[in-house]
Amino acid sequence: MKILVSVKRVVDYNVKVRVKADGTGVETTNVKMSMNPFDEIAVEEAVRLKEASVATEIVVVSCGVQACQETLRTALAIGADRAILVETDAELQPLAVAKLLKAVCAKENPQIAILGKQAIDDDANQTGQMLAALLGWPQATFASKVLVADGKAQVTREIDGGLETLSLKLPAVVTTDLRLNEPRYVTLPNIMKAKKKPLEVLKPDALGVDVAPRLKTLKAVEPAKRKAGVKVPDAAVLVDKLRNEAKVL
Amino acid sequence: MTNLVLAEHDGKSVRKSTLNAVAAAQKIGGDIHVLVAGHNCGAAAQAAAQVAGVAKVLHADSAALADNLSENVAALIVSLARRYSHVLAPATPNGKNVLPRAAALLDVQQISDIIAVVSADTFVRPIYAGNALATVQSSDAIKVITARTTGFDAVAASGGSAPVESVAPPADSGLSSFVGREVAKSERPELTSARVVVSGGRGLGSGDNFKLLEPLADKLNAAMGASRAAVDAGFVPNDWQVGQTGKIVAPEIYIAVGISGAIQHLAGMKDSRVIVAINKDEEAPIFSVADYGIVGDLFQVVPQLVEELKKA
Repeated sequence: MKILVSVKRVVDYNVKVRVKADGTGVETTNVKMSMNPFDEIAVEEAVRLKEASVATEIVVVSCGVQACQETLRTALAIGADRAILVETDAELQPLAVAKLLKAVCAKENPQIAILGKQAIDDDANQTGQMLAALLGWPQATFASKVLVADGKAQVTREIDGGLETLSLKLPAVVTTDLRLNEPRYVTLPNIMKAKKKPLEVLKPDALGVDVAPRLKTLKAVEPAKRKAGVKVPDAAVLVDKLRNEAKVL
Repeated sequence: MTNLVLAEHDGKSVRKSTLNAVAAAQKIGGDIHVLVAGHNCGAAAQAAAQVAGVAKVLHADSAALADNLSENVAALIVSLARRYSHVLAPATPNGKNVLPRAAALLDVQQISDIIAVVSADTFVRPIYAGNALATVQSSDAIKVITARTTGFDAVAASGGSAPVESVAPPADSGLSSFVGREVAKSERPELTSARVVVSGGRGLGSGDNFKLLEPLADKLNAAMGASRAAVDAGFVPNDWQVGQTGKIVAPEIYIAVGISGAIQHLAGMKDSRVIVAINKDEEAPIFSVADYGIVGDLFQVVPQLVEELKKA
């Protein structure tokens, strides 16, 4: 069984992002970039399914600029078998990415597509659901456990107040939540091996997809800063302040 | 202009997040219709009809809609959406699951997690864990939107008297089926709507130590939350997580215990009215957003705080 995983190159989660002075967006030049953390969980899950002999091949896909090749190499070092970059300098919004991934799925015929639930840059939380919709496949978002057997995926999902379990007919789309797994550290030998794994480059035009954005960002601003308050010596003073100053008790 | 709001409900009543989403629709303007989809959920449809500002309730009732399967609910939304200028849902796990599926079927780029309405086609939404606020304008014919519940003050749950109209439910897609649900029963208020939230972080050291926070939460009738680090470490369930990728909360009082204050945690609670931080590290970033901070050992400070609160 083939699994397709998509990965996004984003500003590293440790970077304190800054809004550009001209208000057109967020500063991304000379900023450390990494694989979106939820996508790392997606790659790890696919590799575990392969190690459990459920999957036979893992294809990892990224959509974006040429530098996404680095992100793909990281996924190959975790254990994906081959990579596809849908290369474009255009701004890609989730619907466009879902359309590109649909076109790749049509070529690759995976049985499961695993995506991160959300990218930590645009925080949209859409692409997996959109891909499932466009393919007419079932979806299980926010997965904390995935079992694959007999042409079905049994997925436990994080919902309000607890967990729910769904059974999906394959092919299906799964999006990862935090507790699905803990991604492994990539080792140097695996990084070296990853350099030799195949990486194919495609263009959106060749896939017949119009990626024109539907949302126009008019401006980006920094949110109002919260002022640091005061340190109080002990619980008694704290309760007094909450009662008589903040008046919230 | 007419807005369709997907209700969140328990079959008998509508959840507060629905009232926040209706409030977002009010900011957009035009009539507001509420869609109540489920099985044997007539009482919830009647409750939705009482919500202030609602002009009509659409009630779809079918076994296929019993468990909020996204394939079926999205198909229902798509069957109705073309009559509307805006389709909204609260940005809850359910709304986030279903609405993008409907948006893609409508060939619409959804606008996620809006916190303000600028005009009928322009909205403000946080990006990068709330470190930037983007104003975005949609060129799609139908705007498909999830609204962050803390961004819009809930409308009144009563005062309306909208007609309830039955709409045809979709056929079951047959693609997915519901297996089971484990929902933790709690006497505490719900995290996203509680007046007070007591959250613990990695500083608690273990899941067992979260018990230390219970008397405090009991005394304040608070919901309990946690940082991503505490969830990551397996101390508490994922649905306690407050932050960029967890729950967004804005209570009157947020008490952060043993939480350092990573960017992604602050993204989930910095709109709280009063923030209290208890941490042994005086350099912890949480103090930069806290109104009141105590530098100290949480294992001593928390019990002291409970004692102080008991004094009248």
